[in-house]
Amino acid sequence: MNLATLQARFREWLVTGDEADAAAFGAGAAPGLNIYQNNYRVQLMGCLEVSYPLLRRFMGEQAFRVAAITHIDQNPPRGWTLDHYGADFAATLRTLYPHNPDLDELAWIEWMLGEAFVAKDVAVLSQDMLGGVDWDAATLVLSPSLRIRRAATNADDVWAALRDGQEDIESEMLSSCAGFAIWRQDNISRLRRMDDIETSALFGLGSDPAFGALCDSLVERLGEAEGIQRAGQLLAAWLASGIVVGIVMNESDGR
Amino acid sequence: MTTSIPTFAGYGLGLRKEHYRDFLEGNVPVDFVEVISENFMVDGGQPRDILRRIREKHPVAMHGVSLSIGSSDGLDRDYLRRLRALADEIQPLFVSDHLSWSRVAGFSSHDLLPVPYTTEALDMVCRNIDMAQEALDRPLLFENPSSYVAFDGAEMAEWEFIDAMARRTGCGLLLDVNNVFVSAHNHGFDAHAFLAGIPAAHVRQIHLAGHTEGPGLLIDTHDQPVCDDVWSLYATARSLLGDVATMIERDDAIPPLPELLDELGIARAIGYHEDARREAA
Repeated sequence: MNLATLQARFREWLVTGDEADAAAFGAGAAPGLNIYQNNYRVQLMGCLEVSYPLLRRFMGEQAFRVAAITHIDQNPPRGWTLDHYGADFAATLRTLYPHNPDLDELAWIEWMLGEAFVAKDVAVLSQDMLGGVDWDAATLVLSPSLRIRRAATNADDVWAALRDGQEDIESEMLSSCAGFAIWRQDNISRLRRMDDIETSALFGLGSDPAFGALCDSLVERLGEAEGIQRAGQLLAAWLASGIVVGIVMNESDGR
Repeated sequence: MTTSIPTFAGYGLGLRKEHYRDFLEGNVPVDFVEVISENFMVDGGQPRDILRRIREKHPVAMHGVSLSIGSSDGLDRDYLRRLRALADEIQPLFVSDHLSWSRVAGFSSHDLLPVPYTTEALDMVCRNIDMAQEALDRPLLFENPSSYVAFDGAEMAEWEFIDAMARRTGCGLLLDVNNVFVSAHNHGFDAHAFLAGIPAAHVRQIHLAGHTEGPGLLIDTHDQPVCDDVWSLYATARSLLGDVATMIERDDAIPPLPELLDELGIARAIGYHEDARREAA
């Protein structure tokens, strides 16, 4: 057996546990192969448990374990870092629990808090740099740690309650459109629920980061006076919280 | 070919989250720390910040688990790029990984799987080492893994494979004494023959760790103190080697730092004793 064939069969053994693949290495290899397969599955299970500790408590041990085994069976790891293995776990939950958006959203929250924690560093924007900005020409630079999504449930409340050690928490559908924002400030990952206007505004900045475009969309939605006022409020809040980390006037004039 | 990696004589610990505060706020009596490279190959945030601050206080060795030097389909370019960026910033004592494979055809096992000790595998490993050392612009250390399977068709002993690998590529060696003990038990070879068979001039670092007894096999678990048999093997290794960086690895059931420092004290005492004996001889 050449090296490529040996490694392909070893891979099949780890992923499927098919005895035919194990037999290719000889009868005497079985005890050792079992150790490798146990290590493989225990490590992936441990990775999901570490990535989703609050989801695990919310679902209960048995349900989480079933979901994790399903995920491991269907998603052999591909990336060089184990830290990324749980990235698609929410997709497995959506398949297993199509009528439980709370699980999908709670998984998203836990995963994105972790991503934000190690996102790229940026210099803090000094308030002194805001003087004299030509807001008609300004574009906003969002934190590279920022992750946003639309929300259907109070998964953020569930997450906070679990974090604080509460038990028997019930999730609820939200009565109005909303979203979640996750980002890092001062080396701490932060989570905040947003109303529909702020959620749409941040999604809009993803495609057009111009402050003027933000104002236009808010004016269109809220009317001129309220739209401009809301744009100013949002900008102030984003600057204070570190969601916006820079103002750029043109390609060469970063602030 | 000999290795160009400078020697470093000292005693260190693997840096783990449980002890970050001790290292950041105190004056821990170690000569260096070793970090798991992948834990810090992130874009930013607290992990990189902690590593920078610890680097200001201690020399750092970078030890990886995902290079997969034995892969039949080559190395991951993105991995090498990120590893180089970290090494360029940290300026480590050593950059090391394992003589093993974990990735093939887009699959990553995240385990240190054994390489067959064949001429074909030796050629592949040497090609990959050449590529990695060029991409990282520095010679690397490779650690002998613990293993639980020996493949049919082996053409040489593990130490003969390692000897040829080191001489052909100029890489350094990280001698894991516990892994020698575990593999010798699991495969029935003589651990002292292993120590005598590897090229001593290439060894730059030593790992010491604990293991557990599985069903018929020893398992490299890093969750216990170093056992007496491994201390004895370490003494033999030190009698054969020149200056090396010695450290204790603990990855599970991690005790308070003083306990690990006590264990490191044993490593120091044995090392001093063997150095003195060698110099007197």
